Amino acid sequence: MTRTVTRAGQPLPEGQDYDVTVIGAGVVGTAIARELARHRVRTALVEASDDIGNGTSKANTAILHTGFDAVPGSLEARLVREGQRGLAVYAAETGIPVERVGALLVAWDQEQLDSLPGLLTKAESNGYHAARLLDASRLAEIEPHLGPGALGALEIPDESVICPWTTPLAFATQAVLAGVHLHLDCRVTAIETGTEPGNEPGTGIHTLTTTRGPLRTRALINAAGLHADEIDRLLGHDAFTVTPRRGQLIVYDKLARDLVRHILLPVPTAAGKGVLVAPTVFGNVLLGPTAEELDDKAATESTEDGLALLREKGRRILPRLIDEEVTAVYAGLRAATGHEDYRIKEYPELRYVAVGGIRSTGLTASMAIAAHVTDLLARTGLDLGAPVELPHVTMPTLGEAADRRPYLDAVLIAADPAYGTVVCHCERVTEGEIRDALDSVLPPRSVEGLARRTRAGNGRCQGFYCGARLRALTARTRP
Amino acid sequence: MTRRERTVDVLVVGAGPAGLGAAAELAASGVRVEVLEREQSAGGIPRHCHHGGFGGRGGRAGGGLSGPEYALRCVAAAERAGATLRTGITVTGWAGPRTLDATGPGGLERITARAVLLATGARERPRSARLVPGSRPAGVYTTGELQQAVHLHHQHIGTRAVVVGDEPVGHAAAGTLRVAGVEVVALVTGRPPEPLAVLRRGPGAPVLSRTTVTGLTGRGRLAGVTVRHEDGRTTTLRCDTVVFTGDWIPDHELARRGAVALDPGTRGPAHDTSYRTGEPGVFAIGNLLHAVESAGTAAAEGRAAAAPVLRHLATGSWPAGRTALAVEAPLTWIAPNLIGPGGEPPLDNRFVLRTGRRRAAPLFEVRQSGRLLHRQRLLLPARPGVPLHLSADWLDRADPHGDTVRIRMR
Ligand SMILES: Cc1cc2nc3c(=O)[nH]c(=O)nc-3n(C[C@H](O)[C@H](O)[C@H](O)COP(=O)(O)OP(=O)(O)OC[C@H]3O[C@@H](n4cnc5c(N)ncnc54)[C@H](O)[C@@H]3O)c2cc1C
Ligand SMILES: Cc1cc2nc3c(=O)[nH]c(=O)nc-3n(C[C@H](O)[C@H](O)[C@H](O)COP(=O)(O)OP(=O)(O)OC[C@H]3O[C@@H](n4cnc5c(N)ncnc54)[C@H](O)[C@@H]3O)c2cc1C
Repeated sequence: MTRTVTRAGQPLPEGQDYDVTVIGAGVVGTAIARELARHRVRTALVEASDDIGNGTSKANTAILHTGFDAVPGSLEARLVREGQRGLAVYAAETGIPVERVGALLVAWDQEQLDSLPGLLTKAESNGYHAARLLDASRLAEIEPHLGPGALGALEIPDESVICPWTTPLAFATQAVLAGVHLHLDCRVTAIETGTEPGNEPGTGIHTLTTTRGPLRTRALINAAGLHADEIDRLLGHDAFTVTPRRGQLIVYDKLARDLVRHILLPVPTAAGKGVLVAPTVFGNVLLGPTAEELDDKAATESTEDGLALLREKGRRILPRLIDEEVTAVYAGLRAATGHEDYRIKEYPELRYVAVGGIRSTGLTASMAIAAHVTDLLARTGLDLGAPVELPHVTMPTLGEAADRRPYLDAVLIAADPAYGTVVCHCERVTEGEIRDALDSVLPPRSVEGLARRTRAGNGRCQGFYCGARLRALTARTRP
Repeated sequence: MTRRERTVDVLVVGAGPAGLGAAAELAASGVRVEVLEREQSAGGIPRHCHHGGFGGRGGRAGGGLSGPEYALRCVAAAERAGATLRTGITVTGWAGPRTLDATGPGGLERITARAVLLATGARERPRSARLVPGSRPAGVYTTGELQQAVHLHHQHIGTRAVVVGDEPVGHAAAGTLRVAGVEVVALVTGRPPEPLAVLRRGPGAPVLSRTTVTGLTGRGRLAGVTVRHEDGRTTTLRCDTVVFTGDWIPDHELARRGAVALDPGTRGPAHDTSYRTGEPGVFAIGNLLHAVESAGTAAAEGRAAAAPVLRHLATGSWPAGRTALAVEAPLTWIAPNLIGPGGEPPLDNRFVLRTGRRRAAPLFEVRQSGRLLHRQRLLLPARPGVPLHLSADWLDRADPHGDTVRIRMR
């Protein structure tokens, strides 16, 4: 199968119309594209930025949720539950790092303690039966560095941490290998809908105006994340409005990793899920996120107040964490719609599915969302045919707990000494891994893209040692 | 296929001035010493410091060599003496008390030594570690990255830059920027103005003192640095490049992974005047101990460590309990920070310290259990970012098994 990935400056392919076009290559859009790749339809995935996973999907807390605390009976509850199972299996097959560290909902006062049994019941009504209550002494035993005053906890043994970057990358790589066309630097700015009055459903063609020219497609899926409401409006709807809800996060040094063994969740309040402390699959510790309602969909800045708030909360949860070095600070924007559920809706007469309001669980639910959306699409009259097997993909070994990162793999180094040459010292990323990323199906375009594929440059020195070399390496491969 | 296991007499981690200095001295006395360096070439930080000022002991104005010249000289001295230098080899962790694991293109190794010298240097805290809020645009550097970008990779930097920091390294950064054709808009420092700044070799750009960086703006590319003056005034300095300089942190990962106790002030391994850490057979030298001193000082420490290493190889002894030295604010650290049992003097018979705040005519007081051991007036003002020296003449009056020795500056 030929691979089609196009970028700014290259023409969009002419000729045949697409059967389906997915707008937005975040974790949701790439999952949908991958699902469609199993079918006999010509699919395009169009993305405004220069890389996949460049929006909300690159900046979250990276938890593979069980969905124990979802609103029972909601679409989100079902898709999170199904998505978690699907993604856990997929991750094991493809090598996406996942660590099943478990979560503890820690009660810091009597009121919170009193609410734990209710949360246990809620977990059960969400079909999750492994949760259990822990008393203060058991809690102190399994989380010895917790701050003083913790009264007890609800344990969710299956909550896991996952790699947020290799997940959409695996989806997109597999989709491209199976024939999906990926068009980067390709923002959709206008849509001429193909249904004229009197037309039979399924006959019209949508013409998308993009920053790289027109693109024609029979069916359309809107997975534009924070901009899904704008795309929806281009189709004449006024169904929902996306309000960005910023979450700032602090990443602590790997030397802090031994301080925490579980995902430490606060007891949820009306104000949201609150600030957590969690290990990452890269061996760091995460503190965050904040929850701030904004109106700017590009406002991924961190703020003085936000960071101060996180440190204050973090000091209570894990006092020693705050004395450790900070490796990175970032912020992500959740796509809130003022509605406690996903906004996924099909419009058969338009052969269009809107995938909106994928709030704070989209990474977990991505594969289930993809399956759901594909079902809806079939119902709009598109003939998908029987699904086929996808080409297998193996993702680079990014997880710190992986059996063997390349720099520790004697067999690999013997076969190819480039895996013994460390370029990024903090993250121990080798020349071999960087070369592989630059030669991959979806090569990075920037040092940030390289970082998401290899971890290179993401470490404690933030480029003091390797930044200039990494820039030289990525620049060299750019056409 | 697994790890190649070997033994050596002395293993040095890091081929900067400190590690190379120790290797040269040890090899000259007939010891089998091997130096492992993770970079492709040996020499440490000076390899990419193209300004002059290397070779002496007194900081920037201390010597007549450029960094690369100095690095070559350090390498040559170690090689001439017979030390084994191996570059492109990263020490990744510990397999035992004096057994280290390493990765290189030739495979994995496990090396056991009778003495281990950690000489892993220091780095500047990047923007994130300083919790400077704002956007995450391109154009944000530390001096280390800037120097490599300019001198080793000849990369395009930008047009207008702000330098955060007004220590010698900030001035070095400003110099590198100018070499790269970048206009330096200002140097920003939280500290008060230097009264005698005009007399020193200046940075050539306005210094905004009592000013802190409150954020970065710009999406994609840096557009500005917002700053706040102590009196509350805020402004945005328009620029496309910013360099965060100074604010050193020892590269102590290996030390910590080896359970080597750190000093709370320096964040480097706690060590005595013989460079002995808390772990038997493990020595530490150079900037790992105290962040940035001059390269000449790092090299001298390396050379000075040779005698205690040889003593250790001969006797195998290691002090058990040692008395700690502790500083009071505004002092931030002292090195060495343990007193050895024999009252051995430190390098040049003096301790090195740093202050967080300026003092015009500083007076040191050294006490143990309330007892005054020493009082010393300094001739020059104490300034942040500049080494202060405390004489070690009082060492024989201290009880090496007694309470913490406390150092105060008034
Ligand atoms: C702070 C935070 C913490 C979170 N924690 C978790 C967690 O622990 N677990 C979890 O499962 N989920 C978590 N999430 C949620 C998860 O990150 C999101 O649900 C998910 O990333 C949404 O993916 P998406 O593909 O819908 O959106 P995005 O990743 O934003 O992708 C949308 C894409 O559409 C593109 N696009 C937009 N407009 C156009 C256009 N006009 N033309 C072409 N392309 C366009 C954008 O460039 C973007 O790449 C968190 C989110 C945040 C912000
Ligand atoms: C920007 C800048 C300007 C300076 N200007 C001057 C000046 O003008 N004059 C002056 O005298 N001094 C100057 N200095 C200070 C001088 O460079 C340092 O004092 C000196 O380099 C310290 O030597 P070191 O051996 O302790 O550490 P470094 O030179 O930092 O060497 C440490 C070495 O250890 C290696 N290493 C670390 N971890 C491992 C590992 N796990 N495995 C293998 N190898 C490892 C590193 O790669 C590095 O090469 C400057 C420093 C900087 C950053």
